[in-house]
Amino acid sequence: MRSTITIAAGLTLIGTAVAAEPLTVYAPDYFASEWGPGPAIKAAFEASCSCEIDYVTGDVLPRLRLEGERTRADVVIGLNTDDAERARATGLFAPHNVDTMGLTMPVDWEDDVFLPFNWGHTAFVYDTTRVDDVPDSFRDLVDNHPDLTLAIQDPRTSVSGLAMALWMHRVFGEEATDAWAALAPRIVTVTKGWSESYGMFTDGEVEMVLSYTTSPAYHLIAEDDDTKKAAIFPEGHYVMVETAGQLARTDQPDLAQAFMDFILSEEFQSIIPEGNWSLPAKLPPERMPEGFAALAMPEVALIYDSAEAEALRDTVIAEFEAGMAAR
Amino acid sequence: MTTGTRLGHIATGAVAAALLLPLGAVAWRAEGWSGFRASDGHVLWFTLWQAMVSAALSILLAVPVARALARRRFPGRGWVVLLLGAPFILPVIVAVLGLVAVFGRTGAVNTALGWADLGPVSIYGWQGVILAHVFFNMPLATRLILQGWLAVPGERLRLAASLGFAPGDTFRLLEWPMLRGVVPGIFLVIFLICTTSFAVALALGGGPRATTVELAIYQAFRFDFDLSRAALLGAVQLCLGGAAALLSLRLTLPSGFGAGLDRAVPRWDSGGWGLRVQDSAAILLACLFLLLPMVLVLSQGALAVTGLPASVWWAAVRSLAVALTAALATTALAFVMAQAATGARGGWAEVIGTLSVAASPLVLGTGLYVLLLPVVNPVSMALPVTVFVNAVLALPFALRALIPAMRDLDRDYGRLSASLGLGGLAWVRLVALPRLRRPLGFAAGLTAALAAGDLGVIALFASPDQATLPLVLYQLMGAYRMEDAKAAALILVALSLGLFWLFERGGRHAGA
Amino acid sequence: MLALEDLRVELGDFTLAADAAFVEGRITALMGASGSGKSTLLAAIAGFVAPASGRIRVTGADITGLPPGERPLSILFQDQNLFPHLTVARNIGLGLRPDLRLSADQRAARDAVLDRVGLTGLGDRLPRDLSGGQQSRAALARALLRGRPWLLLDEPFSALGPALRAEMLALLKETARGEGLSVVMVTHAPEDALAIADETALVSDGRLIAPVPTRALFDAPTPELRAYLG
Repeated sequence: MRSTITIAAGLTLIGTAVAAEPLTVYAPDYFASEWGPGPAIKAAFEASCSCEIDYVTGDVLPRLRLEGERTRADVVIGLNTDDAERARATGLFAPHNVDTMGLTMPVDWEDDVFLPFNWGHTAFVYDTTRVDDVPDSFRDLVDNHPDLTLAIQDPRTSVSGLAMALWMHRVFGEEATDAWAALAPRIVTVTKGWSESYGMFTDGEVEMVLSYTTSPAYHLIAEDDDTKKAAIFPEGHYVMVETAGQLARTDQPDLAQAFMDFILSEEFQSIIPEGNWSLPAKLPPERMPEGFAALAMPEVALIYDSAEAEALRDTVIAEFEAGMAAR
Repeated sequence: MTTGTRLGHIATGAVAAALLLPLGAVAWRAEGWSGFRASDGHVLWFTLWQAMVSAALSILLAVPVARALARRRFPGRGWVVLLLGAPFILPVIVAVLGLVAVFGRTGAVNTALGWADLGPVSIYGWQGVILAHVFFNMPLATRLILQGWLAVPGERLRLAASLGFAPGDTFRLLEWPMLRGVVPGIFLVIFLICTTSFAVALALGGGPRATTVELAIYQAFRFDFDLSRAALLGAVQLCLGGAAALLSLRLTLPSGFGAGLDRAVPRWDSGGWGLRVQDSAAILLACLFLLLPMVLVLSQGALAVTGLPASVWWAAVRSLAVALTAALATTALAFVMAQAATGARGGWAEVIGTLSVAASPLVLGTGLYVLLLPVVNPVSMALPVTVFVNAVLALPFALRALIPAMRDLDRDYGRLSASLGLGGLAWVRLVALPRLRRPLGFAAGLTAALAAGDLGVIALFASPDQATLPLVLYQLMGAYRMEDAKAAALILVALSLGLFWLFERGGRHAGA
Repeated sequence: MLALEDLRVELGDFTLAADAAFVEGRITALMGASGSGKSTLLAAIAGFVAPASGRIRVTGADITGLPPGERPLSILFQDQNLFPHLTVARNIGLGLRPDLRLSADQRAARDAVLDRVGLTGLGDRLPRDLSGGQQSRAALARALLRGRPWLLLDEPFSALGPALRAEMLALLKETARGEGLSVVMVTHAPEDALAIADETALVSDGRLIAPVPTRALFDAPTPELRAYLG
């Protein structure tokens, strides 16, 4: 027993002598899991730098705020723009120092702390075999289609739910509460997270689910199923952008910067479409996988920048609560 | 005070600290101080109301099923009793999908109603919340009440038979006092479980009106990062639990049956066609209600099981390790705490032990994170912390099974043990373990099953290579792989039930 | 001498006063109406009920504060004298070592006492497989094996039929004499007292009346005994 411990300790020492301390990357669970883009990105980056990435998963922002100055994170990835202002307010982040020219996103990017790495439109996804009369606008969905049932995520617990509340506010303005009230009878369920809603949708319990315009790509590419489609609304679709940032107090600034530089590289970006089933922040259309070209995409992209989103948060949640209570 | 009792008081103190310190730590990390909100009144009201109704309904439905199982012997009875344990340990998301498959808009029930030209019934709303809570907790209530039934000594039933008791007399004179003894405690535990419910309440409640305190805590923590509010709401939840625990202690009456001689005694009160039909119907309906949703969801995953990657199986191994360690820890804790609860000034052990079910797992986990942060890298502690939190959270169930048994043991053989100077480890080995095998096996099995299926804390701490099976299940769903996720759920249920079965079997068969 | 010095036992509203002594080497019957407190007195002597005041001494040594298992006495209850999950041999073995780690000599002693009470060859059985009389014998065997000078019995044979009870009383008397045991036995049956008790003490009106020779007591009943016999 004793000798085993000694040997193990010896091996650890050798290990640390060869490779420097790994780069600690805080990431959401879906990102770093075996079925997310994380592992491929890790492999690609490690091949280029003879270094090591350690993912730490969980709720990125709350964890960062709990830890404050004591955080072990060098880089944080997966921060939504709607969360970014709060992350910025921690004062823990350093500028990303990456040239953001040539982004393939429908919105301008001027943030010098948080670097976008993927994005997607919020959208209602349906099954063509079960929905004939597809709403042709958000207004049409709100005013008509009394029998169309929806599953959405709670804006109080989920980023996609919050995106929908912001979307409603952006499209309906002062009438957002009324729009919620009009939708309320058809909102069969409001779930804590995306998975529950989407599971109920694929099980046939609801006709439409709050998801992303890229969701059909998964079914198309991975399952060879072209019956899932996103309803496209001319009013525009709210855009969710996920970003990364590096910590000011990282003990490996060079490695952290190297990772930040890697984010917009083609190698990283080409992993996103089929790794995260979302749209890469910087990838020429010809490098996109085939299935994505077939996706219907909105003409208009709507977004609040992170400061506006932060200021509107309580308002849009109040609209959701008031509208749903009127049911 | 014996060593065991002293250890029990120490353990109780440790558990109390484990519940309160994290709460304090969360409050301490708060930036600023915020109070209650206007909407909190409604949230609290909804939380209490649905928990009350869910607990009452779970128990009302459990009594006939437990009674039927207590007095019937039929092939496959063991399987029924085992499978009854399954819903309780089902991951929330799987249970929701299962319930929806049966009671949802396009589910089996509404399809059948459609054939009969009857209007659809909606699962969404308060009725769905209660349905789900009954689905989760009625089996637990059945199991615990069944324990009570089996604890009625055969000698008393024989006496009843010899006196020509009609079923009504048996109920009034034997079964009612037994129920009076066990039901308040079971009601309390289920009530408290339901107060901490959140994802189910939201998904089936159909909107923000179904907001519970735990959801408000999640929102405060995850979305507003308002730790003071999270701590405040966590404290409200604990106070609620404490008040309910004190109340139920006052209502609990000792059943006072005395000891039997461990003779296997057949039941004489099971004759008559009316009773037979009634019992069969109770068992059949319960099985349908509890098993159909599970079968509908899990069967979709059956084909995908063999195609799952190795990492899912490794996650299952980690879950197994967590489950076994938690079972050991909880059983040991509950054993000494039950000793303390049985002795003088032991009331607080029972209250503290019950309280932990009212603790918000989120506040508990976050608090532990804050506490560990200055000392170690919390990520490296993910699995130990998961074990610890699960051991604490499963304690109320273990105590529910152990305290009455320990009390009976003390009443029936306490003086004999004392007169022989039989104490300490010799008492544990020769008296307590053999006499308490059943409740200990039950407690260990339930803890293992619960811990195997727990998601709560691991999500807060883990790094990808530490993922447990429930976490993997959510990862698969998050990556659109619904079928694989259902396969993982199938493995999870098989694992949990397997553990439950093994421990319970150990409890029943070993020894004399 | 088992001496009760100004002993007061309080249980709720009930109070029992005792200031008397039981003599060594004798069998003393403790009689009294139901609820008179004779079992409570026995429980106090055995250490299950803490007295409100007063002392209990055995051959001069104060045992008032000793835990039940350390007192120089054994006790047989009305029932629950055997652990149902342990074999007869193990139940009896507990009298030698509560952790049951018996040496070869101790095992031999255990088997000898089994023979002594007429349970030869029944050591491997569970209590439920014994008759009521055999269960009583097993309990008595353990008390003998413990070798404590005093033996307290709380109506131990009341569940047995008359013939069996008489047989057990005879066995008790014989073994007590043989082993030099001092016995205090709670009973409600005058014939039991007459059969084996050298002396009889009455508990009446919350008070223990000092033991007197049984024969003499029944020949010339005191008012208390007359009240009890009715």
